[in-house]
Amino acid sequence: MGRSLVVVLALAVVLVVPGVVLYRAVRGRRAFGSVAEIATHAALHEASLAAPALRSGLTEQAAARSAGHLRTLLGSAAVALTDTDRLLAWEGSNAEHADAAHALAAPALRGARTTVERVACADPDCPVRSAVVCPLVLDDRVVGTLTAYDALAGPSLVRATAEVARWVSGQLELAELDESRARLAEAQVRALRAQISPHFVYNALTAIASFVRTDPERARELLLEFADFTRYSSRTHGEFTTLAEELRSIDRYLLLERARFGDRLQVRLRVAPEVLPVAVPYLCLQPLVENAVQHGLEHGHGSGTVTVVAEDDGAQCRISVEDDGAGSDPERVRAILAGTAETDSMGLANVDARLRAVYGDEHGLLVETALGAGTKVTLRIPKWTAGVRAS
Amino acid sequence: MTSTSYDVVAVAAVVLLTLGIGVYGLRLARTTSDFLVASRAVSPMWNASAISGEYLSAASFLGIAGLVLAYGADMLWYPVGFVAGYLVLLLLVAAPLRRSGAYTVPDFAEARLASPAVRRLASLFVVAIGWLYLVPQLQGAGLTLSATTGAPVWVGAVLVAVVVTVNVAGGGMRSATFVQAFQYWLKLTALAVPALFLLLAWQGDGAPDLAAPAGPVFRETTSVVLDDPVRVEVVEPVTVDVRGSGPRLLGAGEQLLPSGTLVFPAGAAVPHIDRIERATGDAWARPLSGAGGLDHPLYATYALVLATFLGTMGLPHVLVRFYTNPDGAAARRTTLVVLGLLGVFYLVPTVYGALGRLYTPELLLTGRTDAVVLALPGALIGGLGGDLLEALLVAGAFAAFLSTSSGLLVSTAGVLVQDVLRGTVRDFRRAAVAAAALPLALALAASSLPIGQVVGLAFAMAASTFCPLLVLGIWWRGLTAPGAAAGLVAGGGLSAAAVLSTLAGLADRGWPAALLAQPAAWTVPTAFAVMVGVSLATRDRVPADVGRTMLQLHAPESLGLSLRR
Repeated sequence: MGRSLVVVLALAVVLVVPGVVLYRAVRGRRAFGSVAEIATHAALHEASLAAPALRSGLTEQAAARSAGHLRTLLGSAAVALTDTDRLLAWEGSNAEHADAAHALAAPALRGARTTVERVACADPDCPVRSAVVCPLVLDDRVVGTLTAYDALAGPSLVRATAEVARWVSGQLELAELDESRARLAEAQVRALRAQISPHFVYNALTAIASFVRTDPERARELLLEFADFTRYSSRTHGEFTTLAEELRSIDRYLLLERARFGDRLQVRLRVAPEVLPVAVPYLCLQPLVENAVQHGLEHGHGSGTVTVVAEDDGAQCRISVEDDGAGSDPERVRAILAGTAETDSMGLANVDARLRAVYGDEHGLLVETALGAGTKVTLRIPKWTAGVRAS
Repeated sequence: MTSTSYDVVAVAAVVLLTLGIGVYGLRLARTTSDFLVASRAVSPMWNASAISGEYLSAASFLGIAGLVLAYGADMLWYPVGFVAGYLVLLLLVAAPLRRSGAYTVPDFAEARLASPAVRRLASLFVVAIGWLYLVPQLQGAGLTLSATTGAPVWVGAVLVAVVVTVNVAGGGMRSATFVQAFQYWLKLTALAVPALFLLLAWQGDGAPDLAAPAGPVFRETTSVVLDDPVRVEVVEPVTVDVRGSGPRLLGAGEQLLPSGTLVFPAGAAVPHIDRIERATGDAWARPLSGAGGLDHPLYATYALVLATFLGTMGLPHVLVRFYTNPDGAAARRTTLVVLGLLGVFYLVPTVYGALGRLYTPELLLTGRTDAVVLALPGALIGGLGGDLLEALLVAGAFAAFLSTSSGLLVSTAGVLVQDVLRGTVRDFRRAAVAAAALPLALALAASSLPIGQVVGLAFAMAASTFCPLLVLGIWWRGLTAPGAAAGLVAGGGLSAAAVLSTLAGLADRGWPAALLAQPAAWTVPTAFAVMVGVSLATRDRVPADVGRTMLQLHAPESLGLSLRR
């Protein structure tokens, strides 16, 4: 009896859950409330459908994907989107008028104001006889127009078109914001690349120079390592790499540092081989290891140990970089991560910002430190995230 | 020491070893401070051993022998299918899936179809399949402990569930490749060494005919212990000695045997439990004879072939391991080695099934055919040698439960945290407990079904959901998100319904029973048809960048053609 109960319960779960998921996917959310509320919901829903396309900027593709939703929103016979030079998309009946859409928009583009135009058409029953042309304005520049066509351009349509055009302009502004954010991320990587160089290059070359006479073979090997290291650290393509690549680069870095510090620098490494193929942001570990070497040797007893651990954690990979150096005040680390503290090393904040940008806020750096207790920085990187591929 | 205490020591050793390696595994695996060694990828050989170790479950270790004992030659399709699934995986899925960078099937669904809805749907099925596959592992553990130590059936199931949950939730298994690889060789040794001794003992016994025409008989006076009353079919009248109440004549026909100890005389035909039909040696050894009372053997065979050939690629703990390969070519090489390793292993269980018919026929009376692997050493060799071999088998069986359950639990809990319970349960530990609780309940409830058959159902479900998704997703540009969702719901819903009605025992005989017990032959084509049909109907929803995705899936990495971001 207990058995059939369990089975029936399980049957219910297994059959009902996918059913509900599918039903919601197909039907969407049902409307509740008064007629006006339902209309509002419908309009907001339509706007939300148009928004993702517009967030990629005013392109032909975005226009094509959003025009249908904009026409539903306006309830007009047809809708056209243009930029300053040409028609981007036409949605609705009587597409023979599409060719004239850009010419029709010329006054609105010039004057940066809404105009109502008559469409020349031989057919007296044509639903596309008048047009409301509204400019799309971005930072006081006209970047395009939204045109609504209908048999008669009443004040209601004019008002609605102007409002929708303003909303579209808002979305385009957000698109520009997204773009500048992406540019910022790129600039951050570039800054990191530039930041590694000077001190390290000087120290490494000096260390290598000291071997040239005493141990030429070693000097040669170190120089080759140095060459490989700089090639990796200054590569220009790809935002992501594999953990194996990143670790290899850290190996070269530590090899060069050990040539300089000798036995004073101890390195320990524990890597679960399962996580080696994980895609990680390019140069996400190197600045942390550099910090660890600096902190580990900076103060105290003159020698230090740097430990790098990478472990498998289900769908995530957990990487930590630890040193047994002087540690620092947690408040100061918090300020560095928040970008409010003056520091000579921007590595920590930079890595943190990039991790958050790619994987979301819950995947930022985890820093455990206290004065005199060393520092441990932990990264938690999902093994798979949409759009993230090592290259 | 008694035989029981050897078994308890063996179980304890395996449990402690698993917990210990779980905690210290990382350190055991990598003590070197040499970066180059540590950052070298896992070789296909190691990875293949790990995949095999995780894959060889209770069904392989115990179940196949039990099925062969009861139902004969047709059951050989189980080991064949369990291996051949990797051939299909090798041909159609391994390399492109690795190139996609996806870690789980839901990841693949999102990467290929850019649809969070399909992703969520796929993750529901990952959990369902994981749960269904966990049930027979726990069942097997209960059976093993009760057959060898006499403990109640629930003890073993609870023991394995608790050990695995503690290990997974406690952060063990963080670097499982080497642990699982070790488990493969442990299981192979634990199964093959006793088999060798058993074969020698059989030879020493004069190598009696394995498929004697008369069917199973008691070779010597045998006492059978029944924990519960059993309904049996008696072929020829026999006088048995019921301990405590004296001799009793069992007439031909259906009889209800009371619980207690029954002593059968040597040479008596073995009465079979009512759900297994008595088969002559000839029927048992001949394919498609329907030995053991299986209806429609031809249909059942084809359905089983479809389920196992196509289901392997959909098992959550199998796919996850392919991620460890550095590239598509390594994924293919790994699969090839897996084929070899599994092929060697699966030669052995058949030996137990065949010998069991001669030396432990009483299992056909009690119905605990899954215990044949464990019962043989005692019956055929006996003495200290038998006890030690039995302990080795018990250790191997527990390794099988623990490794497969760990892999399944890690995958299932990972998907639970990431997709299903997103935002409500962030904690991996709680998800692991939740992921283990339901299968445990099901295992305790449905303890009478053969292990191999329940595993077959898990394969059928995987074949009806993820096989179409992966194969069409990789090889057909036209797959759309609505098509994939509809196919998953159709295939998954139908196979789930079949699985649950089988678990509930809704149909016993005839076509309904055959169709429900082996649903793959109709659910897999249905899923494919629905997926293709709905995709064709929603042609405008084909992702715009499908060309780039296809290039990334199919172009070898060395060409450097894959998507650069």
